[in-house]
Amino acid sequence: MIEASPQQAAPLPGAQGPIKVAARGIDVFYGDNHALRNVSIDVPDRSVMAFIGPSGCGKSTFLRCLNRMNDTIEEARVSGSLCIDGREVYDKSVDPVVLRARVGMVFQKPNPFPKSIYDNVAYGPRIHGLARTREELDAMVEESLNKAGLWGEVKDRLLEPGTSLSGGQQQRLVIARAIAVQPEVILMDEPCSALDPIATARIEELIDELRENYCIIIVTHSMQQAARVSQKTAFFHLGSLVEVGPTEEIFTNPRDPRTQDYITGRYG
Amino acid sequence: MTDQAPKTSLGETLAERLPRRYRAELRFRAAGLGAVISAVAILLVLILSIVSEGLPAFTVHQLVLPVSLERELVDQEGDGTEASLRRGRYSAVLQNAMREEFPEVSGRRELRALFGLYTPLNSTRLMDEVLADPALVGSTHVFRMPIADELDLYLKGRLVQDRILPTTGTLGMSEQGGVVLASSSTNAFADLAEEMRRSIELEADRLLLRAESSRRAMDVAGEDERDRLASDAARAQRQAEALLDAARAETGWIELEGELPSILVDADGHTMKLSALSVDGRQVRGAYLLGSGNVEVAQNWSLYVVDTPETRRRVSDQVIAWTRALEDRGRIQRGFNHYLFANADSREPELAGVRGALFGSILTMIITMFLSVPIGVFTALYLEEYAPKNRFTDMIEVNINNLAAVPSIVFGLLGLAVFINAFGLPRSTPIVGGLVLSLMTLPTVIISTRAALKAVPPSIRQAALAVGASKTQTVFHHVLPLAAPGILTGSIIGLAQALGETAPLLMIGMVAFIADAPSLGLEGFSQPATVMPVQIFLWSDAAERAFEARTAAAILVLLALMIGFNALAIYLRRRFERRW
Repeated sequence: MIEASPQQAAPLPGAQGPIKVAARGIDVFYGDNHALRNVSIDVPDRSVMAFIGPSGCGKSTFLRCLNRMNDTIEEARVSGSLCIDGREVYDKSVDPVVLRARVGMVFQKPNPFPKSIYDNVAYGPRIHGLARTREELDAMVEESLNKAGLWGEVKDRLLEPGTSLSGGQQQRLVIARAIAVQPEVILMDEPCSALDPIATARIEELIDELRENYCIIIVTHSMQQAARVSQKTAFFHLGSLVEVGPTEEIFTNPRDPRTQDYITGRYG
Repeated sequence: MTDQAPKTSLGETLAERLPRRYRAELRFRAAGLGAVISAVAILLVLILSIVSEGLPAFTVHQLVLPVSLERELVDQEGDGTEASLRRGRYSAVLQNAMREEFPEVSGRRELRALFGLYTPLNSTRLMDEVLADPALVGSTHVFRMPIADELDLYLKGRLVQDRILPTTGTLGMSEQGGVVLASSSTNAFADLAEEMRRSIELEADRLLLRAESSRRAMDVAGEDERDRLASDAARAQRQAEALLDAARAETGWIELEGELPSILVDADGHTMKLSALSVDGRQVRGAYLLGSGNVEVAQNWSLYVVDTPETRRRVSDQVIAWTRALEDRGRIQRGFNHYLFANADSREPELAGVRGALFGSILTMIITMFLSVPIGVFTALYLEEYAPKNRFTDMIEVNINNLAAVPSIVFGLLGLAVFINAFGLPRSTPIVGGLVLSLMTLPTVIISTRAALKAVPPSIRQAALAVGASKTQTVFHHVLPLAAPGILTGSIIGLAQALGETAPLLMIGMVAFIADAPSLGLEGFSQPATVMPVQIFLWSDAAERAFEARTAAAILVLLALMIGFNALAIYLRRRFERRW
């Protein structure tokens, strides 16, 4: 559905499989603060990539570039080239609203709308006009909740407020909400940091299932989580991308000493 | 052992500081509790004083008179048309009804006093009743009208000090040449005679003191002052001596002269006013206020004393006698003061009501609400959600905050200059009042709306944006509904403030005396009107004492309105409040 543009960047060395997101020389400034320095990275489709690094290293900033959430921050400036499916994200012709329908996002704290569970999931399809009839919408809500592994728990209480669910359920509801608009990329910004271990395990399972159909990028502070769910891992430090590679390699045999220090817990 | 020492010292320091901490906490809590209790107490005193002052105004004494609507008075053309009925002599009808009650009253001055028991404006109300039901013409109709405001106060016991004394034995009265002599079978008047004698002596003492001080002033006064002071002293001396003569009563009679209580004797439908009491307390002399002729033996008779001297009150003994007679005959009933709510303002307190001001307030508030709330909310939305943050918008924000602190009378001046002089809108009307009050309310609405919008957690905005909602969708689907309770509260507080505002409305002429309530329709917006707080201001300034209670009553009505407004705000906030 997205035509490949002619200025598709050449894949970076070490890339395998189809590339979903290609970033070249991304710099982000918040006012005078140079938050991200010259980041180039390829994210493969239908896999999970984890961003790790100490707080303030720019991983969330980079994540927010992908669906242009940085646009909502007045003093943020982004330069460089960022392509999803070969199409420049920061092109003037790209409407961020359309982009965000294709690039879903899940936040650190579960943030369901203060509406019913049904309305939470149905909101995206409604504003994008994805469902023509009530039945279609019902089907979409059911499918999304199913994919998020929540249908069984909430099918009898769809009209209860989404905020009445537990933290883990809320986070899955938010994932269902993101899935409902049929995105291609799902960004997750520390999705488990506010959850207990059992809820975290459910989410991780879910991420593993979703990998079949989506390109998932997850920011996490938990080394174990990155190791468990991701195929590739990128390590950020002080606004720069230090190292990116297959998860196993990063955790067992990092090339950069800073990565080595971070994963062994010497700082961060 | 090196780490043992600091541990104990830490524990010791803590133990030392702990009581101090507790004391500080206790002090703070006691201060807080004290502040709350004293605030509640002051509020209670305030409300109680207003209620006790205003409550009597909610009841009124009404004259219930059978009036005979004779055809030749009411329907002079004899055709029963409205035009003819409107020319009827209704005041004559009312006067005839009063004459019937007291047929013995004659003479211009007495009649005028009698017709002063009610305000002549009531004839218009009688006409309205006849116009509403022309079949009444020719019949005897029971007409209710409020009694004159002074008498209403008298009947409520707020005008004079009075008492009824116990009596013994029987009483006989005989009239001769306008002088009535009454004799009791016992010495029923003895206590009263003694009391009057003492009052006279006190009065004489006061006069003697005045004479003395005048004489002393003469020593230091100038030449021109001396003559006047001398005559003052001489007059006071003379009066005191005359009084003492009367009180010492060598003649056997104590003459009631000077500023003394009025004493009325009621017996067998007659009322006499005493002018002298016999020293032995068996006989009194006076004149009839009601009735005539002789009374052989009255078993039941009463003594009624009005302690406030006649010269120091606005109702004469004669009027009091009439009023008490009417009360005895059941012609006076106390009931709910519906005039207070059914009528607009009036020069006569007994007919004055808050209806005009209430309607004026409602119409003004409608304009204020429909202007200030939408404009204020959308301004705040734009400034908070859309406008770029630069020096220009900063300046606008500072100015809005400043506008909220501008004295309200300035807005009144602005309204006078712009709406009335430049735009030519009619003065004293709810539309201009509403416009001026909107100007005043707008900053409050904008500031509270911005605060409510700021309080919406950013996570909700991000959630909406992340599923692909546009800026406007985010604002209207999520932010605004979540901010609604705060916006409502702020708006209603702003409107309540406007409801209680007087100063700016003085400037645009809403302080005028307006005897007609504006209609509650569209045309009401351009009819002259006043509003509740201005009405209170006007009444508090009025000369008639009866307006005192009505002022407090109007304050109570305004307070009720305010409480209703705030209750609505709380209800709406509860209703729309959502957790997130």
